[in-house]
Amino acid sequence: MKCRKCGSKAHVNMRQHKLALCREHYLEWVPEQTERFIKKYGMFTRDEKVLVAVSGGKDSLSLWDILVRLGYQADGLYIGLGIDGGIGYSHESQRLTEKFANEHDLKLHIVDIEKEYGQSIPVLSEMTHRGKGKPCSVCGLTKRHEMNRIARDLGYDVLATGHNLDDEAAVLFGNTLTWTSEYLLRQGPVLPSTEGLARKVKPLCRFYEREMTAYCLARGIEYIYEECPFAEGSTSIYYKELLNQLENVRPGAKLIFYLKFLEARRRGDLFVEQNEAQAHLHSCPKCRQPTSAPGLCSFCRLMEKTQQLDTVS
Amino acid sequence: MTAKLILRGKEYEVRAGMTLLDALKKSNIVPEAVIATRDGEMILDDEILKDGDVVKLIAVISGG
Repeated sequence: MKCRKCGSKAHVNMRQHKLALCREHYLEWVPEQTERFIKKYGMFTRDEKVLVAVSGGKDSLSLWDILVRLGYQADGLYIGLGIDGGIGYSHESQRLTEKFANEHDLKLHIVDIEKEYGQSIPVLSEMTHRGKGKPCSVCGLTKRHEMNRIARDLGYDVLATGHNLDDEAAVLFGNTLTWTSEYLLRQGPVLPSTEGLARKVKPLCRFYEREMTAYCLARGIEYIYEECPFAEGSTSIYYKELLNQLENVRPGAKLIFYLKFLEARRRGDLFVEQNEAQAHLHSCPKCRQPTSAPGLCSFCRLMEKTQQLDTVS
Repeated sequence: MTAKLILRGKEYEVRAGMTLLDALKKSNIVPEAVIATRDGEMILDDEILKDGDVVKLIAVISGG
């Protein structure tokens, strides 16, 4: 297969675009497309300060690399979760994130959950019995809370995450299977800022996960290859596998699934639009971040429960 | 006359002369879920595997 731009041997083939590119042209194409998506969805401008949530994985490191290559003001945020799983998972992901930041002379903020709140994510999960024996629910909640807190406290205009199209399609698939209208309403490349909540954007939302892996390999970015020890058997991975089987037979199926959803949402074609007015958010009296019910938000309730348990023991 | 595919430490022996795509299918590996490299260079589905080739497959799915 030949590169469409120069005719030399292609190294990446994107069947959904009927486009094959050599390494050099692929490394040009990815930032060009990212820039296009940033502008198309009105994510941010070069005058704004972007905080990139970086996990040490392929997507977030690629995102940081691309934004810096494009000349955006992008600093990193790493959240230390305290997950070991016999492979020193958090330790290794932090090492790789710091290595990337140092090599590119970039500013990286590090928040260690255990230092900040007294316990690691797995221990917090165990103490609160939240998440059916897995810490993923506590992990997601804590990351969302901390990303927003740091973005807000340090004066960033926007928080960028490395969610790719496979992530978005898997979430969409899950929410469609259950017709969870309030989540369908919120899903998109940009979540606008509201009282207490920083603007959140996903500049990689139209790239396949495979393309981000290819970008890391082509750029020589070292990322954590091992999966989070708690991710094994997760529903989102199962959905991604299902969607890849579909993609294998129908190239472009994942992309169309996501883009047609965005189009329908934008046009107001989704039946859930009428519920939008009901999706009113309240302000948590403790941290001031938005929450769906009056009183403390889920994160502050979690922390309160942990402190009570600490006091009892 | 064989080539070898390696995915997360597991080895799959395939016949040399077939394309990477056929080798993946024969090994029950979904092509969308991996990127193939040989000698550190990414290779595509239409690549014909040669005798003694060692193809490292990189899993692309992550998340939880």
